[in-house]
Amino acid sequence: MSAAGNLPVGLVDAPTARSQGGRRGLAGYLLLLPGALWLLLFFVVPTVTLVATSLYDPSGSLQTGYAMTGHWQNYVDSIRDYLPQIVRSLLYALTATVVCIILGYPLAYAIAFKAGRWKNLMLVAVIAPFFTSFLVRTLSWQYLLGDNEVLVSVLRALHVLGPDGHLLATPFAVVTGLSYNFLPFMVLPLYASLEKVDPRLIEAGADLYAAPFTAFRKITLPLSMPGLVAGTLLTFIPAAGDYINSELLGNPQTRMIGNEIQDLFGAGDYPTAAALSVSLMAAIVLLVFFYVRRAGTEELV
Amino acid sequence: MAEDLTLTSVTKSFGAFTAVDDLDLTVPQGSFFALLGPSGCGKTTTLRMVAGLEEPTSGTIALGDADITRLKPYRRPVNTVFQSYALFPHLTIADNVAFGLRRQGRKDVDARVTEMLELVELVELRKRRPAQLSGGQQQRVALARALINQPKVLLLDEPLGALDLKLRRQMQIELKRIQTEVGLTFVHVTHDQEEAMTMADTVAVMNEGRIEQMGAPEELYEAPATTFVANFLGQSNLVSGKVLGPDGSVLRLDVHGARIDAGTARARVTDGDVWVGVRPEKMQLSDPGEDFRDGDNVLPDGEISDVSFVGVSTQYLVRMRWGQELTAFEQNTGARRRFRVGDKVDLHWNPDHTFLLDASQDASAGAVVEDE
Repeated sequence: MSAAGNLPVGLVDAPTARSQGGRRGLAGYLLLLPGALWLLLFFVVPTVTLVATSLYDPSGSLQTGYAMTGHWQNYVDSIRDYLPQIVRSLLYALTATVVCIILGYPLAYAIAFKAGRWKNLMLVAVIAPFFTSFLVRTLSWQYLLGDNEVLVSVLRALHVLGPDGHLLATPFAVVTGLSYNFLPFMVLPLYASLEKVDPRLIEAGADLYAAPFTAFRKITLPLSMPGLVAGTLLTFIPAAGDYINSELLGNPQTRMIGNEIQDLFGAGDYPTAAALSVSLMAAIVLLVFFYVRRAGTEELV
Repeated sequence: MAEDLTLTSVTKSFGAFTAVDDLDLTVPQGSFFALLGPSGCGKTTTLRMVAGLEEPTSGTIALGDADITRLKPYRRPVNTVFQSYALFPHLTIADNVAFGLRRQGRKDVDARVTEMLELVELVELRKRRPAQLSGGQQQRVALARALINQPKVLLLDEPLGALDLKLRRQMQIELKRIQTEVGLTFVHVTHDQEEAMTMADTVAVMNEGRIEQMGAPEELYEAPATTFVANFLGQSNLVSGKVLGPDGSVLRLDVHGARIDAGTARARVTDGDVWVGVRPEKMQLSDPGEDFRDGDNVLPDGEISDVSFVGVSTQYLVRMRWGQELTAFEQNTGARRRFRVGDKVDLHWNPDHTFLLDASQDASAGAVVEDE
């Protein structure tokens, strides 16, 4: 917000600005107006509504209406009732994020440094899945991981899976689905960061006695941190709140907090659903805050 | 011989393009050596091969008795000051300078970093990051980062190219001072002939992947071996002539009908058609027929076609009978009269200042690149 507020000062040269101080102030606020309206409509109003809903009297219903009683016990009750799902959501999202880093970093690195004339093709390949609906792509994993399909048959033949072991409707399937769906969100910011790394810096590292892996650890990795942080956030946050993957690829024991919130809203228990949503939001904001502080990206160029 | 850098028939090709062509070069330990040439002459490629960042297509590179041709760059006792400086943007100045020592697992890194930052006068900026420094300061960090490792050879890839003229002059003197102080072998790549001559003990002039001539700056300037060197290093007047024959310690020549002499010391060819070369500051003007100085070479019947006043000197263009324009610089000492456009003049110079080059070479080679 402060950056936007300073903007008009930079746009007008100093002498003009001094003589037309009043107009400059007005112009600044006018320029802010669209953004402020947007934020009000799509951020402030929904958030306030959500928080208000979470404090309604839980004994109400859609038919009889809810009374605003400031019933903060909604939070205590909902967290007590749904703690396993909250923990599971965060764990699944964390696992999926780690998987995305393991798969996505080498891919982004290859596109940025090794792809040569295949670079654009590889980028298109990363983005192409978005041309199809998220739901359809997740459904197709039902098929890929199905009991009668190639993958399961092969794994059974190799005795990796027992004779009646399966992949579908397991935590593995849910995490696989999450990793698959959010992989591009990891690869693209990582690629953007790696692309900007000057290869001459790596040469300079080699000249200064850094063997290839050391040069990666001391130069490439730190310089790609902004991409890694952005990728992690773009993966972890939506994955933690996701319910489609668990719905389509999981079982009743893999339910995530998103599934519960969805069901609660469906069942008309607005206060509990809202309390859970706010709790999840708060938990994520807190985690992200400590993560970004820890990664220290604000110091990077 | 102890730690001399020796390149033996080194060739580097990129596909069909030969960047460095069968190059032989010896850089004595402790010398300040300059590789001078226009862009694309292969000087940077040569440097990168010494650094280990390129592998020669054929030939060997040795440091003392050790063959380092195929040694990985991070195993070579050679460091580089890059043209772009290539400072690590995410590290502080102190960490940039300490980078090489840390990789080698050396002790008392901090003390040595401080010592090195004192040498380049940047101690108070040690906590800054490269982006917060000016070009000249970054250049000094790059130098400190390479020097601190006490390499056997320090490579400098046009390190002053990005600085403005005044700062460049200052850094040239600084670099020369540091080299004398630390006594390391410096190999300096540049396209700036003045920079090469000011700093280096030995200059090698490169063109199209080969060394045209190598020697002390005075030697290269006073007795160029090829037309390329004559034009690239300073300016030259090259006039076609014919050797009539030797006469004692001089060669007698015919230049467009005029009889002139040339000392044998600077004659690369001693018979047949030649390029007769004279540096512009060696030429002096006089009124036609005036008996200027005994024993001088004289080219008569010139007409001044341009005069430019440069401050310390005046530059005259003199059109000769055969249409060629020759250049002469006269020092503005006040002792000699100024000439004007249209004045008829004779050109004089000392026969010992004449150099003779092979007439089959291109007289304009190396001249166009001058003020790139």
